[in-house]
Amino acid sequence: MAERVEAEFPALRKETKPSEPQRGAAPNAGRILMALVLTALTAVFLYAGFIFLRDANVPKIIVAVIAIVWGVGGIALLFTTANYLVETLGQTWRNRLQPYVFVGPAVLALLYFLAIPTLRTLYISLFDSSGTNFVGLQNYVAVFTNQAMFTAFRNNVIWIVFGAGACVVAGLLIAVLADRSRFETLAKSTIFMPMAISMVGASIIFNFIYDVDPHVGLLNALYTGITGAGPIAWKSELQPFNNLFLIVVMVWLQTGYSMVLFSAAIKGIPTELLEAARVDGATELRVFFSIVIPSIMGTIITVATTVVIFTLKIFDVVWIMTGGQFDTQVIATQFYREYFTAQNAGYGSAIAIVLLILVIPVMVYNIREFNERQAF
Amino acid sequence: MAVVTTKQKAVARTTASARSQKGPFNPSAIIVNGTLLMLVIAWLLPTVGLIITSVRTRAEIATSGWWTVFPHQAYVTKDSFPVPKGLNTDGVMTITTPSGATASGTFEQFRAGVTASDGSKLVWVGNKRLGTIQIQQQEWQWGSEWTLQNYAQVLLGVPFQVKQPDGTIQTIPGNDFSTSFLNSLIVTIPATVIPILIAAFAAYGFAWMKFPGRKFLFIMIVALLVVPLQIALVPILTDYVKLQLSGTFLGIWLVHTGFGLSLATYLLYGYISQLPRDILESAFIDGASHFTIFTRLILPLSAPALASFAIFQFLWVWNDYLVALIFLGAKPEVQVLTLRLGDLVGSRNSEWYILTAGAFVSMVVPLLVFFSLQRYFVRGLLAGSVKG
Repeated sequence: MAERVEAEFPALRKETKPSEPQRGAAPNAGRILMALVLTALTAVFLYAGFIFLRDANVPKIIVAVIAIVWGVGGIALLFTTANYLVETLGQTWRNRLQPYVFVGPAVLALLYFLAIPTLRTLYISLFDSSGTNFVGLQNYVAVFTNQAMFTAFRNNVIWIVFGAGACVVAGLLIAVLADRSRFETLAKSTIFMPMAISMVGASIIFNFIYDVDPHVGLLNALYTGITGAGPIAWKSELQPFNNLFLIVVMVWLQTGYSMVLFSAAIKGIPTELLEAARVDGATELRVFFSIVIPSIMGTIITVATTVVIFTLKIFDVVWIMTGGQFDTQVIATQFYREYFTAQNAGYGSAIAIVLLILVIPVMVYNIREFNERQAF
Repeated sequence: MAVVTTKQKAVARTTASARSQKGPFNPSAIIVNGTLLMLVIAWLLPTVGLIITSVRTRAEIATSGWWTVFPHQAYVTKDSFPVPKGLNTDGVMTITTPSGATASGTFEQFRAGVTASDGSKLVWVGNKRLGTIQIQQQEWQWGSEWTLQNYAQVLLGVPFQVKQPDGTIQTIPGNDFSTSFLNSLIVTIPATVIPILIAAFAAYGFAWMKFPGRKFLFIMIVALLVVPLQIALVPILTDYVKLQLSGTFLGIWLVHTGFGLSLATYLLYGYISQLPRDILESAFIDGASHFTIFTRLILPLSAPALASFAIFQFLWVWNDYLVALIFLGAKPEVQVLTLRLGDLVGSRNSEWYILTAGAFVSMVVPLLVFFSLQRYFVRGLLAGSVKG
């Protein structure tokens, strides 16, 4: 659709040309002068703000306000100036350059902050810890033969199977139940609420629940009260099951996401279809497995993919709750430990690349999907 | 990725009313609501425990669980009397209370408490020769000693005074979160607005302008949606150290902008490209430039989509730990709340009075944003989102 419009727009412009005679002609001196002044002003504004924020010794609240004004105003000014400059050019050049004024900053930022670093990380991963001696694929060999990394991979699998699995199953269950309840909004809001809480906050909440002292930790209070046995340090004992107690944190945080998507998808199933099945005598369970599930399969795949990717990169929960000790390390914590604690740039980068390789199938799927869907 | 189409949503609205046979006397309704209620309680418990604990005194937190503030039955010492003389403390003893109730058991059993014939519990306090027997009775109890001191400490840095057993007063330094709170705001607001502006410009460019490389560049954005940000940390940090941007607000705004842009552009493109093209056409006929159309027409029209992404980005940046850990660090003048809390977990890991209050302070802002703008947040989620 967009394509057709684009084809039409140049024609539209030709028609409107006579009504604004100066536009296509050579830019006048006043505009050029204005453009230069604007550019200079933008530069001064950005630079002065930067210097001020870096060196200023004023109350925090003033820094805060100036930082916000500077950051937000700076970007607005940048676009306005760049656009003004382009618009002083002749019609041909303006049409040629203006799209890049619009998409340029985003593309450049993405190139600098994500695309190019991927290549740079790949490059670094071929060098040793000092970053000077080429070691080929040795870092990768180390990644796949190291015992700690093996545990990290195993734990990520546990996280994906139980964590992502529980998110999807619980989200689906709640969505189905809520759909039939009069308390739908209330229930959904409650389950959804943890999505606003940081993983650090959630880690503290669950550290508290897992506290060893039965007078403090809810879980041990229940456990000692029911079994009469001594309290358990849930995060460090019972390896490897201690991972499950960290996974609970993510399930608590993320189930809201899958619930919302499933809920919308379930509401999209035509009622006639469900009614027809019920009239034919299908049990609710049968309706669920034979109609609801197949109807929302697309959503299930999307949700599962998103949650798996999220789980794959899990860092905060593990880092705050156990620091990756007691065999709870995952790929992302190993990356941090190797790169920032052990100062091994090459090895750390290799771990990051492995993480990237794991999401490449999803990336390819997304691109293919996009190509099919969009008449871009 | 965008699974739920607008068409589905329209259907949803009509079917929702049709499916309202949610009668209260249906037995399956009881099962449904019962299960749902249990799940809701399970989901609420962690937060409830945190909030209750944050307003209890330090001493109470250490000696009784937060759940004891709810009405519950517990044994309370009513009376006590000295151990009667002439008992065989090595065997089974029978003790009679002044009121005439009897209980029997070994010394060990009495130490743990033996239920007497009148239902009260007898507990032997002290050693075998010089002990007292406490008569305890079950009573309903609730409540706690409430205090706002934890919050005073966390928000204002008010020091804590604790009376030691020897009579001296120990002062525990306060833990002022207000600076970190402010830092979180300083980081979050520009890091939310900057990518929105940049992404909105880009989304408009991709949707309504034609230029070489358009498709390729947009596919790059789609590809970058799922790239884990860990991949970018090392090279960017290297540059930042050289540019002296590490540990500055400017640095972290730019990083968050870079990491948030793919999702922002993708989401906003989805919205802006669907806007009715008549509007743009008539504006063009009136002689408006792309820039005017964008600022006067597109930006106001895309407000819902901008709000959706704004909430995403706000929650993401406010709650972020890893990016702040690497690019801002623990210097107090720039340290954000999540890092501050993370530090506290390490250094004062069982001081729940401060951890719970601190965690709650860090949760207030996102929860407010979340509940006031939940509608837009859900809309954004449904528009498809995978964040790298």
